Amino acid sequence: MKSISVLKDRKKQIFEKGGSEPFDMSCEKKSLAGAVSQRACVFCGSRVVLYPIADALHLIHGPIGCASYTWDIRGALSSGPELHRMSFSTDLSETDVIYGGEKKLKMALTELIDQYSPKAAFIYCTCIVGIIGDDVDAVCREVEAATGIPVIPVHSEGFKGTKKDGYKAACDALFNLVRRYPNPEPKPLSINILGEFNIGGETWIIKRYYEAMGINVVSVITGDGRVEEVTRAATATLNVVQCSGSVTHLAKMMEEEYGIPYIRVSYFGIEDTSDALYRVAEFFKDAPEVMEKTRELILNEVKAVIPGLETVKKDLAGKRAALYVGGAFKAFSLIKALKTIGMDVVLAGSQTGTSEDYAILRDMCADGTVILDDANPLELAKYVMEKNADLFIGGVKERPIAYKLGIGFCDHNHERKIPLAGFEGMANFAREVHETVTSPIWDLVPRRANKNTGKGNGK
Amino acid sequence: MLLRHTNTEIKERSSLTVNPAKTCQPIGAMYAALGIHGCLPHSHGSQGCCAYHRSTLTRHYREPVMAATSSFTEGSSVFGGQANLVQAIDNIFTTYDPDLIAVHTTCLSETIGDDVNQIVSKAVNDGKVPEGKHVIHASTPSYVGSHITGFANMTKSMAIQFAQKTGKSNGKFNIVPGFVEPSDMVEIRRLTTELGLKPILFPDTSGVLNGPLTGKYSMFPKGGVTIDELKSTGDSIGSIGLGPLASADAVRALDTQFKVPCQVLDLPIGMLATDRFIDTLRTAAGVSVPDTITKERGMLLDVISDMHQYLYGKKVALAGDPDHLIPLTEFLITMGMKPVHIVTGTPGKAFEKRIKEMTSHLDYEVNVKGPGDMFTLHQWIKNDPVDLLMANTYGKYIARDDDIPYVRYGFPILDRIGHSYFPSVGYQGGLRLIEKILDAIMDRLDRDAPEEKFELVM
Repeated sequence: MKSISVLKDRKKQIFEKGGSEPFDMSCEKKSLAGAVSQRACVFCGSRVVLYPIADALHLIHGPIGCASYTWDIRGALSSGPELHRMSFSTDLSETDVIYGGEKKLKMALTELIDQYSPKAAFIYCTCIVGIIGDDVDAVCREVEAATGIPVIPVHSEGFKGTKKDGYKAACDALFNLVRRYPNPEPKPLSINILGEFNIGGETWIIKRYYEAMGINVVSVITGDGRVEEVTRAATATLNVVQCSGSVTHLAKMMEEEYGIPYIRVSYFGIEDTSDALYRVAEFFKDAPEVMEKTRELILNEVKAVIPGLETVKKDLAGKRAALYVGGAFKAFSLIKALKTIGMDVVLAGSQTGTSEDYAILRDMCADGTVILDDANPLELAKYVMEKNADLFIGGVKERPIAYKLGIGFCDHNHERKIPLAGFEGMANFAREVHETVTSPIWDLVPRRANKNTGKGNGK
Repeated sequence: MLLRHTNTEIKERSSLTVNPAKTCQPIGAMYAALGIHGCLPHSHGSQGCCAYHRSTLTRHYREPVMAATSSFTEGSSVFGGQANLVQAIDNIFTTYDPDLIAVHTTCLSETIGDDVNQIVSKAVNDGKVPEGKHVIHASTPSYVGSHITGFANMTKSMAIQFAQKTGKSNGKFNIVPGFVEPSDMVEIRRLTTELGLKPILFPDTSGVLNGPLTGKYSMFPKGGVTIDELKSTGDSIGSIGLGPLASADAVRALDTQFKVPCQVLDLPIGMLATDRFIDTLRTAAGVSVPDTITKERGMLLDVISDMHQYLYGKKVALAGDPDHLIPLTEFLITMGMKPVHIVTGTPGKAFEKRIKEMTSHLDYEVNVKGPGDMFTLHQWIKNDPVDLLMANTYGKYIARDDDIPYVRYGFPILDRIGHSYFPSVGYQGGLRLIEKILDAIMDRLDRDAPEEKFELVM
């Protein structure tokens, strides 16, 4: 196969560690027009962050597409109400675009609140709302006054930046709720879990750890989320923020407004999960029993998963992994987790990493690892083949590319079906990676059949 | 109960869609464009549109779906997207080297008033379109019509922006298959060829969205109608458009502009609609129906007669796209089933009218709505329960909550395979539909039968 070329202007976003080019990642740029980018928009960022709040109304103000494509696509589980899994849209038509959609929005909102009695309503502005100039804020104020529930505009017009700007818009909407709590008094030994969305039930695992440590979880933002719980967030003494910055903006605002400090953690992999829990215990050092319980918890949890990890490691040692994720923070954890099961990372990329992120990534990776920002499918395919990867970790659009190349795949995005967080999540991850990498099917793939280096179980 | 919120009291909703039975134009345009060989679809709008369409198509086909985007910024939405599109065209040809780019618009670029025709001309004049390469475009505002409209618009564009009339007949027939699966396109081509016609089938996503695993990744897989074929559509003997909403615009435009006589038929779903399609092909080819096809028809009839007692009188709820629902309703009626609730999200008065005509002779009430949504369908079902639900993947909520036998049919199907590989058009496709319907109904009989009535032979 002829070598795949890369866009000239993309050369500053692709580096090979230890290569001849100096490492100077040009990231946080808008994607080039015409690039087959794997990135999404502002609306997408807001939608994924707020979506798990299960007792709120999520109304999408715009033509139908934005509502259709985001109808129940994220496996964010709820232990109670499931209003978030319905799809509500003002379904703007041509006449609305000409005459404005405010009237329609107001009618739709009133009708929905009347019928479903949600605890709050989030109104997502899509591209077109920003152009036709609907005063969504005014409609929200009016409906809030009439109904008495928080009606909150989310300024997520798709073109107003990247997915990251959508996270910020979602944080603004969340902060709108948080500020409604009058004179919050901090509760002892209490935290908020931020940036954890309960995909596959992950929130429940993390919450269990904290409870075992004797920590009071005030609210989870937004996994298995409830309006009332989010509103109470300012009564916690620490914000523990997960995920690459999707909810960091909220933590910063809460620090400024209430003086609540925050720490950034990851619950992925043994190392990072332990680190997260120890750091929280460390924060509450005035209560030494917390650290004691934390040690005991981690010891027991690690003991439980290690034998399983050792088993899969036998088959996976020396296998090569490529990963392309949304935020770079997740990539750090994945690299450590892959090391735990003996795999080498040959490609690491992210959609939204910052230059500090990429510097960390570079330091974590071995020589020869390709590091890229905002990659396109051709680049991903090129390096997967050149580096002879055995596994790809990515999201929905990367999955079929990995399979076409005849290698294993693990979804580490919205479509993961089993929890990958925490200690048991690591065991699940190892099992999933093992299943896909050692599947006998790859021995039948023409490209790999001739030079298969693997220990496929099919042999 | 996931849809615990569905109540039985049906109110007219004028400003609200709940659980849509449609999506927006651009994804249909993207799907159509993927049916041209060597084509990179291009979304002229924000980055998210393109990402969502690619994700949805990827989930439905489980294949890589390639498309580029103009990546609108706040600046482009104030000053217009011309600079983005011209740069995009340049970048795409330089890097990905497709044979053509098929640009579709979005609600954003339409509302700010971008004239894509003019922008493409500018790109050509500026030398951004290399010799022998092409750019076609379609206007597909998301606030008009549905995904079907977008498919129709792009299909029309690919015909009229390439077609030429040399005055010399190519001896072929243009067949526009409609918004159907790659497997259906293969079947439509086979039937056309069996009847002795040489088809130019466009768009043709077979080979593109149901390709083999080779261990290599190709951005432009082997399938798709070629540019030379599209150019030649103006020299064809005639055109047949299958599915009025998706295909009529294209064949009518070829008729008007290039005097290629056209006929518009229903999608060949079920016995009677396939009969009409075969009859049209037979007349066009001036042949009698070959024995192979007569045999296929006979087999379909045979299976229906073998199993009609399981189908007779069963009430069915349907959600989907108008072009599919019309012949599907007809098919169900011919088998003695009762399609009682029918909804599409796609706007257009013709749909309700056709369904009403088709069902006026029946001795039961038929609820039909276009545009409607899945919430309304569910309310109808709650008021008047059914024995079978046929809908896209979003039907699974209703099927689960009300414990209804369910056949996945339509777009998108995000949780099962098969649609890309096994057709539901033609007599053979009819067999597949019946198999699926019977499996659903008879599995339910087995599940619910008391032990003494649980039967081996059915």
